[in-house]
Amino acid sequence: MTDPDVSRLLEILPVYAKQGRPALIPVLQKAQEIYGYVSQPAAAAISRALRIPLAEVYGVIEFYSLLYSQPVGKTLIHVCNDPACAVAGADGVFKRMTKTLEFHLDQDSPTREITVERAPCLGLCEHAPALLIQSPHHVIDGAYEDLVSGTSSRHRTKIGGTVSILTANCGKGHPASLEEYQQNGGYLAIQKALQVQPEAVIQEVKTSGLVGRGGAAFPTGIKWEGCAREPEYPHYLVCNADEAEPGTFKDRVIMEDDPHRILEGILIAAYAIGAEKGYMYIRGEYVYPYQVMKTALDEARKAYLIGEHILGTDFSFELELRRGAGAYICGEETALFESIEGKRGFPRVKPPFPTRKGLFGKPTVINNVETLCNIPVIIQHGAAAYRQMGTEKSPGTKLFCLSGDINQPGLYEIPFGMTLREMIFQLAGGIRNQGSFQSALVGGAAGAFASANQLDAPLSFEGLRSFNLPLGSGVITVFDDSRSMPDILLRLAHFFKEESCGKCYPCQMGTQRQLEIMERMAENRLLPGDTERLSDLAATMTDASLCGLGQTASSAISSAMRLFPHLFKIMEG
Amino acid sequence: MISPDSITTTTCPFCGVGCTLQLHIRDQFIYKVTSPFDSIVNHGNLCVKGRFGYDYVFNRERITTPMIRKTPQKPGSRVPAPTLEDWTSITWEEALELVADRLARIYQRDGSGAMAVYCCAKATNEDNYLMQKMYRTLFRSNNIDHCTRLCHAGSVVALQMAVGSSAMSNTASEVIHNDVFIVTGSNVTENHPIIALQMKAAIEKHGAKLIVVDPRRIELVNYATLWLPEKPGTDVAVFSAMAHVILQEKLYNQEFIDTRTENFASFAESMEKFTPEFAEIISGVDRELIIQAARMYATAKNAAIYWALGIPESVHGTDNALSLINLALLTGQIGRLGTGLNPLRGQNNVQGASDAGAMPWHYPGYQRVDQEEIARKYETCWNIEPGGLNREPGLTTTEIMSAVGEGGVRSLYIMGENPMMSEPNLNHTRHQMEQLEFIVAQDLFITESAAYADVFLPAVSFAEKDGTFTNTDRRVQRVRRAIDPIGQARPDWQIICDLALRIEKKLGITQSSGWNFQDPSEVLAEMGSLVPEYRGVKYDRIEKVGLQTPVPDESHPGTPYLFRDQFPRGRGKFHPLTYIPSAELPDEEYPMILTTGRVLEHWHGGSMTRRSWLSDLFPEARMELHPTDATRFGIHHDDPVRVTSRRGTIVLRASITEKTTPGVVFIPFHFAVAAANILTIDALDPLAKIPEYKVCAVNITKVTEDELPDPGSHQPRGRY
Amino acid sequence: MTEIISLTIDSIPVSVPSGFTILKAAETVGIQIPTICFHEACTSNALCRICVVEVEGARTLIPACVAQVSEGMIVQTHSDRVQRARRTILEMLSSTVDLTDSPEILAMMNDYHADPERFPESNPREFDLLDDNPMYVRDYSKCILCWRCVQVCAEDAQYTHAINFSQRGFDTRIDTFYHITLPETTCVFCGQCVAVCPTGALKPKRQWLLETGYSPIEIMSLTRSKRNGNKSRIQPERKLP
Repeated sequence: MTDPDVSRLLEILPVYAKQGRPALIPVLQKAQEIYGYVSQPAAAAISRALRIPLAEVYGVIEFYSLLYSQPVGKTLIHVCNDPACAVAGADGVFKRMTKTLEFHLDQDSPTREITVERAPCLGLCEHAPALLIQSPHHVIDGAYEDLVSGTSSRHRTKIGGTVSILTANCGKGHPASLEEYQQNGGYLAIQKALQVQPEAVIQEVKTSGLVGRGGAAFPTGIKWEGCAREPEYPHYLVCNADEAEPGTFKDRVIMEDDPHRILEGILIAAYAIGAEKGYMYIRGEYVYPYQVMKTALDEARKAYLIGEHILGTDFSFELELRRGAGAYICGEETALFESIEGKRGFPRVKPPFPTRKGLFGKPTVINNVETLCNIPVIIQHGAAAYRQMGTEKSPGTKLFCLSGDINQPGLYEIPFGMTLREMIFQLAGGIRNQGSFQSALVGGAAGAFASANQLDAPLSFEGLRSFNLPLGSGVITVFDDSRSMPDILLRLAHFFKEESCGKCYPCQMGTQRQLEIMERMAENRLLPGDTERLSDLAATMTDASLCGLGQTASSAISSAMRLFPHLFKIMEG
Repeated sequence: MISPDSITTTTCPFCGVGCTLQLHIRDQFIYKVTSPFDSIVNHGNLCVKGRFGYDYVFNRERITTPMIRKTPQKPGSRVPAPTLEDWTSITWEEALELVADRLARIYQRDGSGAMAVYCCAKATNEDNYLMQKMYRTLFRSNNIDHCTRLCHAGSVVALQMAVGSSAMSNTASEVIHNDVFIVTGSNVTENHPIIALQMKAAIEKHGAKLIVVDPRRIELVNYATLWLPEKPGTDVAVFSAMAHVILQEKLYNQEFIDTRTENFASFAESMEKFTPEFAEIISGVDRELIIQAARMYATAKNAAIYWALGIPESVHGTDNALSLINLALLTGQIGRLGTGLNPLRGQNNVQGASDAGAMPWHYPGYQRVDQEEIARKYETCWNIEPGGLNREPGLTTTEIMSAVGEGGVRSLYIMGENPMMSEPNLNHTRHQMEQLEFIVAQDLFITESAAYADVFLPAVSFAEKDGTFTNTDRRVQRVRRAIDPIGQARPDWQIICDLALRIEKKLGITQSSGWNFQDPSEVLAEMGSLVPEYRGVKYDRIEKVGLQTPVPDESHPGTPYLFRDQFPRGRGKFHPLTYIPSAELPDEEYPMILTTGRVLEHWHGGSMTRRSWLSDLFPEARMELHPTDATRFGIHHDDPVRVTSRRGTIVLRASITEKTTPGVVFIPFHFAVAAANILTIDALDPLAKIPEYKVCAVNITKVTEDELPDPGSHQPRGRY
Repeated sequence: MTEIISLTIDSIPVSVPSGFTILKAAETVGIQIPTICFHEACTSNALCRICVVEVEGARTLIPACVAQVSEGMIVQTHSDRVQRARRTILEMLSSTVDLTDSPEILAMMNDYHADPERFPESNPREFDLLDDNPMYVRDYSKCILCWRCVQVCAEDAQYTHAINFSQRGFDTRIDTFYHITLPETTCVFCGQCVAVCPTGALKPKRQWLLETGYSPIEIMSLTRSKRNGNKSRIQPERKLP
């Protein structure tokens, strides 16, 4: 059903038109809010208003899985399809949802009112099996059981661990308000930072030894320094909240529970690098976290913590919240820039690195949510105190997202150094239903499997590395011995095939070929030579892909080949 | 996948840009065109015409044998014969004997004044050189012209008056060296597509600023810093007001004025009346825009002006061009890389045909026929007795047509031109064609004009002959034979030489002027011996890359931009100007201004492009109408409309678009069934004799679908 | 003034001005590095990755078409790692795209001992041939997604922006706005896209007709509706290379 009447859209277009191309994804989201999808006339009106070529508008709509160029149901139900939810019965939920809907939908609500889709990880792994339901006036997410039980809200996330530094204000069942945050010492660090030169702030962060928590583990202070020294202005600060690594939900929890901590980290970073404008890019599926951040941002603005002359100083900073539109690849920093700029989320060739040419081609620092949450701690208590926590090479604390077959899935904060075994069996209560440990996926879909032999790996960058495991974004998804590894591997392969942007050949075709072999494995009909094919695909993707997605798309499967070679043997008969 | 039997490198037969083409041939059929990415003019880029529009060569309407009319035609009762039914095929021997005999007899009976020829801006330098030589030597007639009269005559005359050279002063690709450039009276995107790409790159990649002065919202306006939407025909007011601002604000280049120009004082005085306020009243352009444009142009490090037919095709076309030249002289934005004056030439070889002397007042190389020592030079070379060549300047294109009749022009030789599409006021042109005693058409097709001929001589296309074209930035480039001539068709230069020898015999001339050429390169060599600018141009020097004239000797590398040290006339001359309105302005009866022009998919009279698959992309004439006027006249998009002027009427579909401005309609002139030139006025510029194609008054009324000449030919398009 | 950079490529010392890519530097000493998506007239996107080389100290292989030389760099253009990646990329291409009109890629497959049947039971990218205008046909089953056509239609040459992408990942294809026919788009039929297409996915219509068995006379006798093509799709014949 097309809706050629675009008058409602035309009313709001002038506001966006002024911003030009960077307003493209927000305006497409707005159009979709109004019409449920982006019709051809709507896209044409947007093209005219924003002066973006028609084909490019369409190209952008087509890239993002949450933008629809064809009509969909008024209510959209996304059923998570990734390992943590799969082990919790996501497939059954999906079948039940589609069947129930068919069965119950009477004349009053024709089928096209509701669309049920399988979704990539929704970042609600501790609530597995998770759903996201979007209807015109209402968005809810959470565990299937919670949503169908009639409570229509999700239960509290378990916040655990041995320390609560980053999670100090988390787990209270509501977002910490500005007042609460300040009562607990919030926004003192920014005051302290503003009293010294930006160089001093950068020096403190460098001394702290903080490295990025998004997965790449690049030293934060060095990144800041690189940007701060660039003579070209403006500089931009971008907070990467496009958390989409299957199994990861740490950034979501902080956004939901302690938004001001992130804002304070952003402010200090912006001051340090000389940025007056920043963006926070929140993944599209995180509707509730976006609303929490929006409220917090308004609070902060009212309290003169965002805007002109922050806290009466010469430092001014404006932050724009952006919502993703359904693309894992946009967690890659340059793809995220492209997305903010209103383009398809294709990663760029590096170098040049973002600190030289980032957002809009200008020097940019992009940091993960968790990374930025460390900043107030470091500034307030000093790098020396910060370094008291964790190990020599991995100072500070780390958030771990535990899900899968464990008794207490949730978010755990620990100083670096505890072993994987302690984490799973002591803190998270061990394997659920008296099962026994088969494997854990460490670092997310882009990570690697750990077998029982690797349980003594210390949870630090260097500790995990010595056990041939990545820390990644701090994901630990546990599988008991009843789980089918081929099924899990198939889901991972499927995830990468769906999320590959298609730019570079190794990943574009490699993820598809890898999926096909995993399909054969799941159906128990591997062909002679499939393991060699997998090895060649893995080597080629890892060695020759353009960005981190392709370079890690075979990582988990490769680790499974090492740990469970028998799975890859061809069955006789 | 098929592989070519051969790949031939040649030059595009369409617009004046002169792109390099590689014709891929299999079984004598061109199936693909490419262009080398290192090609100097176009860097591998082509437009739809160059890339796909060559198929007219194989169109089934090609005439491949000489023909004569079945029914002999008489002056006054001449009727057109557009289809083969009215023609009989004859041999070349018969045809050439017949033509030689008739022309010789008319000449012997009525003298030089009875003879006239339309040369051809599509044909090669060699073809044109030989044709003018034939008329001057055998018929002692200077009634030789071609369609340059209908396009850039105003620019040519103005440039000759002010600087002494009439070509583009820069290489087109120099636009990347412009900080500021003005485009006026030129829809570059559609008419010089490859130059438009270079302009867009200059803006997008090199930071150049563009000022568009045009009554149409041409596509380049999307890239412009300023757009001055003037009323058609008010160019002198706008550009002189810019000069006024530059004078007032002392933004002129005193040193340049002192050392390189003359007549400044009387010019400056004439500019006093051109205040921005005055120009706003005349042109409708906001005075602030004029002031900004003046400052931007005058203060730029390197600025250039590009124009096309919106400037010269006017009763004050020469003045229009002078107003641009005055600006360049005033600011010294000329004579350096990336600065200059650039009339963009419309046809593949309009520059070359002019250089080769297809002109009534000039021998090849713009050497005046009325200057004794020059005439003597040509007499010597052409083996003519002293005083034998006609010293009287000949008639121009439009004058030839007007002079038809008893005691005037009696015969017309038309080489490839199509006056029945391209002349203004076509109803009048038709009447004049009917009065001719003898017409020869040398063409590929029975065009609207060839249909009036007595004899049809089948010529070959660009793909079937060797020669040279000179492009808009003065680059002489090779045209190469890629396929055998189709049927009995022959290259123009061979037809002319064969015919000239026969005419010499009929006229009893024993001292031949020289027609025994074995190869076109010999023709160019002869032309080079007479034309200093071409002296150094030799075929072996332009095998790979063409040379830009002037090329004074065989070691000269060519001239990318002109006037570095001095102007050909010495000092650049300022010309005082006054504003003169167009010949016909809108009134109650004819309330709209009609302006004409071209579209991307077609080319000039359309004799090639309407016989190509290009026509499938743009099959019918359409009139552009501004939405406010559409509302006023109650006309919707795609509605059929009747457009009427004091001279005629046509019916075509309307496009409602903001590409035109209120009060102005635009109609392309390519389409025979709705020929815009039925409407246009044949008022001429007094100096350049160019007709005013760009302004006349019309009325429009909505009509029914069945009044359309070809209602089924609609093709929806999304371009621009 | 440009600095001169000294490096080693396949054990051969090379000195080139700074700013040179590894590809260009290798050419100066006669070392050929294969390329697919690279084109002199287009912005390099380093997306086919066939030009990857091994640079000492680098974690991954490096695309030679964009990576610039640096002082003391040690480059291997044909190491085992490099060859494995190139061979696998070619084998994947062969299993995905109809390469019958891509002689250069087929020759490359030969050079790298790539097995065209390496990936059995794999999904190719197959699309209906699009014949919707009189100038050229689009057979995206032959498209290797080198992006050149999209780029020359945009800032690399034409500024027309008639084509972009639909879908993403393996399912990406070059497409018009909502899949409308080319005449309805902003396309000006300059054919710049056809000129840079390396695989015959974009082909002049008359060439295509000739290849499908029409004679020149038959081609020039086609009716207007046949010249314009139709919106109903012709199923392309798929031949394995």
